[in-house]
Amino acid sequence: MADEFDDLKAAMDVATPSADPLKKRGNIALAEENFARLQGSERAARQTLQKGRMSRLLDGGMTMFHAMTTKGGLVATTALVAVGAILVTPEGRSLLTPPGDFGKPETVVVLDEAAQSRQERQSGDAPGTGSVVATDDVSGARSQEPDLSRRERSDLGLSDAPSPSTDGRAIGGGSDADRGLLMAEEPMMEAEIAEDSFALDQSATSQLAPTEPGIAGNIAAAPTAKRVAPPSDMIVIAPESDTEAYANAPDNTLKVTTEDPVSTFSIDVDTASYAVVRSSLTNGFLPPKDAVRVEEMVNYFPYAYPAPDGEHPFRPTITLMDTPWNAGTNLVHIGIQGTLPAIEDRPPLNLVFLIDTSGSMQDANKLPLLKQSFRLMLSELRPDDEVSIVTYAGNAGQVLEPTRAAERQTILAALDRLEAGGSTAGQAGLQQAYQVAEGMAGDGEVTRVILATDGDFNVGLSDPEALKDFIAAKRESGTYLSVLGFGRGNLDDATMQALAQNGNGTAAYIDTLNEARKVLVDQLTGALFPIANDVKIQVEFNPAEIAEYRLIGYETRVLNREDFANDRVDAGDIGAGHTVTAIYEITPVGSDAIRNGPLRYAQARDDRPAGTGELGYFKLRYKEPGQSSSILIEEPIVPDMGAATDDVRFSVAMAGFGQLLRGGAYLGGWGWDEAIAMATGARGEDAFGYRAEAVNLMRLAEALDR
Amino acid sequence: MARVLPIVMRMTTSDEALARAAAGGDAQAFSALITRHYDRVFRLCFRLTGARAEAEDLCQDICAALPAKICAYRGEARFTTWLYRVTMNAAHDRRRRAATRAKAADGWGEVETARRAETAETAEALDWLTAAMRCLPEELRDTVALVLDDVTHADAALVLGVSEGTVSWRMSEVKKRLKALKEAEHG
Repeated sequence: MADEFDDLKAAMDVATPSADPLKKRGNIALAEENFARLQGSERAARQTLQKGRMSRLLDGGMTMFHAMTTKGGLVATTALVAVGAILVTPEGRSLLTPPGDFGKPETVVVLDEAAQSRQERQSGDAPGTGSVVATDDVSGARSQEPDLSRRERSDLGLSDAPSPSTDGRAIGGGSDADRGLLMAEEPMMEAEIAEDSFALDQSATSQLAPTEPGIAGNIAAAPTAKRVAPPSDMIVIAPESDTEAYANAPDNTLKVTTEDPVSTFSIDVDTASYAVVRSSLTNGFLPPKDAVRVEEMVNYFPYAYPAPDGEHPFRPTITLMDTPWNAGTNLVHIGIQGTLPAIEDRPPLNLVFLIDTSGSMQDANKLPLLKQSFRLMLSELRPDDEVSIVTYAGNAGQVLEPTRAAERQTILAALDRLEAGGSTAGQAGLQQAYQVAEGMAGDGEVTRVILATDGDFNVGLSDPEALKDFIAAKRESGTYLSVLGFGRGNLDDATMQALAQNGNGTAAYIDTLNEARKVLVDQLTGALFPIANDVKIQVEFNPAEIAEYRLIGYETRVLNREDFANDRVDAGDIGAGHTVTAIYEITPVGSDAIRNGPLRYAQARDDRPAGTGELGYFKLRYKEPGQSSSILIEEPIVPDMGAATDDVRFSVAMAGFGQLLRGGAYLGGWGWDEAIAMATGARGEDAFGYRAEAVNLMRLAEALDR
Repeated sequence: MARVLPIVMRMTTSDEALARAAAGGDAQAFSALITRHYDRVFRLCFRLTGARAEAEDLCQDICAALPAKICAYRGEARFTTWLYRVTMNAAHDRRRRAATRAKAADGWGEVETARRAETAETAEALDWLTAAMRCLPEELRDTVALVLDDVTHADAALVLGVSEGTVSWRMSEVKKRLKALKEAEHG
């Protein structure tokens, strides 16, 4: 009986190689280095009397955090850190102001189920009304979940007393105690692990810094920021982002106009990045640099650019202004305003909600928040719109036949029956959703699949490339896809982006009911009803006037020059009423801010069209929905065009904010204070308080960046 | 606890004492501990992944994260048991990442090549090992990887977070499957 097992053992002994001595030395050195760094930061904290009071308090708090693990100790520590933040900094004081002043529900940070229920008792709040960030592990393979939870329990028992707020899992929210502690202790080792990132295949993004989920993901998501505990109920949270992967690329570089006068990119109306940044900052840590996509930070906000009045469904407005962060350069601000057709004129909508109901969705900020968002949206639908619901965990499949929005009770009842708890990814969930959608489609109607998930796109097609192709093919047939991300911890931002981009949809990250309202209600028509497809922008700069230029943001949206006129190349879409903003920083010829000096061996060129006075030429191509050939809009860029309205200046301040979060390589000495002053001065009417909220986030970021 | 143990004591100091010292910030204790156990971790990594390069990478993951994790070590379990669990969790993380990315690593996991290997009647011992490991579902493979290192069923249960009975059941299942595999080959 045991023969085979002995054979196996013998064969295994033979087959097992010994560790590569070089790798072994390297790995051990890595471990020792990380150990030293971890300890070193503690020792430094004890000695640094010359540091500011704020950082001393924080460092001291973190030291205790390292050293104390009993429940009482942790609670005391957290309290100290939180109180320190509130007492010492003006930002802390601003944290104490009622959150109502920027129209956002209280941010409640919940660590685990036990803490969560306690939280609910304390606040008397229904789950989901605050930005409840519960931690959860979503395994890539959901079938492993029962095992995982067993593993967790055993971890808790072994590593520490399983008290709600003190064990490793509660702190870090990882799948296991040791992972949680890894995050709480915050080693700074991005570089070592970043190298094996392989999220590259997700999209055209060329260089993703730490995007690895799992261990590397933890570290990537734990930036080297000092932490300020959020004052919400004295519960501290470490970055709970377990396995988040972000799509991003290095900053667009400064281009020399004589060498590369043409800049081409696809517009982007996604806003997910801003919500991720907000979630990070309100939880007390700086977002990972790669989570920040500047154009999404800018495009998050509604702007009122001049409305289109002619033949085109939208209108570009170009504004030239001084660069706030560089006296020697200017900004070319391009604001595109989509037309807002009268709401009663919009075609009927067919919406298929493809909802992830796997076990991980049961957190208050996931399925319950989704249900609430859904109710909000339902009241905005018209009686003739149709809704269907498909789930993709367990074997539930289609839980709501296509139903007219007029039958509100039927839809709400189906919604209420949704329960998170399936452990197996449903096969072909996405295919089924599309099948339903195709059955609903009618002439002149807009059909869209809305995927709501907390991160794992385990929807039956496991190969990301095949998934993208599938969605792109469906897009051609007229069914679009939007992606709503819920919860933090496993959100696969890169995949979300890729899916939404291939499905002509938007990717939005929903962390609060307020955000749900913005995404689903305020922009219902825009998000669901495109007015122009494949919108591409190309700007050619005049080398006689402009020495250098730089596109701010849009790193993941850069197109090849020849793609502009190629109607087969896909690009972003604009929905009804959407605004899109793109900003170039340009350096005029003769400015002392030119960074690239003249080349010694380059021939002086005399073929410049002198005297036109044009700085550049703006071209935009778009397609009417359903059309395959594009329409061109063009306009020269001349000095002093446009007026720097509040909208323009606020969008520039947000571009500055985004760049600061990404390291601010081009910002010189321009910092948080300047960004805050600029944004504050340009808040304008701000009916929903979005801009006030952004200013508060800037203040938080400033405090965290010290 | 003593923050600095004299270096001469290192070779005889128990794992648990070293680990507690490391958890308290003793860098020497940490170095001694990781040097002592690196090869053991590597071998387990290999048994879990079936490919040397994967095992080296997994070791790197573990080494990078261990300094932070060691702070969580309270001595409730034997250090090696604790370390195995850290290893097992890291392996699961890695496997999960590979699964989500649809980028299966070379190793025990490749079913297609496993089928090819099964057709090779004259498979050598190594091929048989590969085939054998591949025919096991992941949880059985994990269990085997531990038990092959002479980990007791009780300790394996602690590492895997299952009951001892489950480990024993899994091992009998493993033996059943190995036997079936052998019979299929010979007959």
